[in-house]
Amino acid sequence: MKPKRQRMMLMGVAALVLVASTALGLSALGSKKQYFMTPTDLATRHTLSGENFRLGGLVTVGSVKHLADGVTLTFQVTDLQNTLPVKFRGITPDLFREGTGVIAEGHMDRAGMFVANTVLAKHDENYMPPEVAASLKKSGRWKPYGQVTR
Amino acid sequence: MHSFANPARFLRLASHFLPWLMLGFILCFASGLYFALFHSPPDYLQGEMVRVMYVHVPAAIMAEAGYMFLAVASFASIIWKHPLADVAARCAAPIGAVFTLICLITGSLWGRPTWGTYWVWDARLTSVLVLFFLYLGYIALWSAIEDEARAAKAASILALFGVVNIPIIKFSVEWWHTLHQPASIKLVGKTTIDPAMQLPLLLMTLAYGFYFAVVLIWRMQASIAEQRLEARTRAQLREVTA
Repeated sequence: MKPKRQRMMLMGVAALVLVASTALGLSALGSKKQYFMTPTDLATRHTLSGENFRLGGLVTVGSVKHLADGVTLTFQVTDLQNTLPVKFRGITPDLFREGTGVIAEGHMDRAGMFVANTVLAKHDENYMPPEVAASLKKSGRWKPYGQVTR
Repeated sequence: MHSFANPARFLRLASHFLPWLMLGFILCFASGLYFALFHSPPDYLQGEMVRVMYVHVPAAIMAEAGYMFLAVASFASIIWKHPLADVAARCAAPIGAVFTLICLITGSLWGRPTWGTYWVWDARLTSVLVLFFLYLGYIALWSAIEDEARAAKAASILALFGVVNIPIIKFSVEWWHTLHQPASIKLVGKTTIDPAMQLPLLLMTLAYGFYFAVVLIWRMQASIAEQRLEARTRAQLREVTA
């Protein structure tokens, strides 16, 4: 029985060390493990103009405007606390809609506008048939920025 | 515990359960595919693309469940040094690796038309790729070390180290900003998938689970038969030389 007990003890100690070192490693990664920054993150952090980063949030309802050249659009990205204007020249993914999530990669220009090189659509965790969505909208229970949280 | 770990007893139990597991797989897979492809609604946002969920999400669940099985068997192997635990872990690893690969490929094909990209290095996608490499590392360790007992030990330790990755995969979408959306099926709280879509998802998950069990038993039966054959050949060889 003794060697078995010993192995158990050893495993317990190893597990503790493993969990502690993983936690340390992850905290050392800091903000590098975040795939994008929200407008609020940006408000609290000074970014240099010209520095590339990813901006994520929700497309403000009613903010998408197509410019006269036909390939450029502007919209607002919000985390419902802070908002940032974005300009993008190119084709957006199918799921790019007002009120849904978006992740844009690019930089800030001097005027405080985020100039995006790429735009990805981020959808939320809600799946429902179109009829259910329509009836939610009809009964006024539809939330413009995601159905559960945020 | 030890009485169940007896290979002879395992083989008897396995051949008893195998037909039922196969039946479960056929029924769940056939009905699951029918509901997934023909008898479930499109999504309000994604349209017909939502059907990828019925192959992607069960693969992700089995990738993680398979790894937990691998870890539990490896734990039993280290503590009780039982050969059947090694057989179980060693046979489960390639199945789990294939489920992880299915998860990665279908996820990538789903990501292009919805997110707009095949791949990003966000915390969720990266941690699942790490899971795939853990499986490959486990399989590679077994074939890299000649001595069976030493190989079992090294591979089991790797499998147990890799368990930290499982909660990281699970909570990556909550702890950090990711492109991948948070979980729809929650440990606590309401599922945010419409009931009409939950049915095909449940059936396909059960089908994948049955498939895992069936293939695992096949592989274990073959592995035990191989070990017995080897032992018999060695005994005969000794007789001849003596």
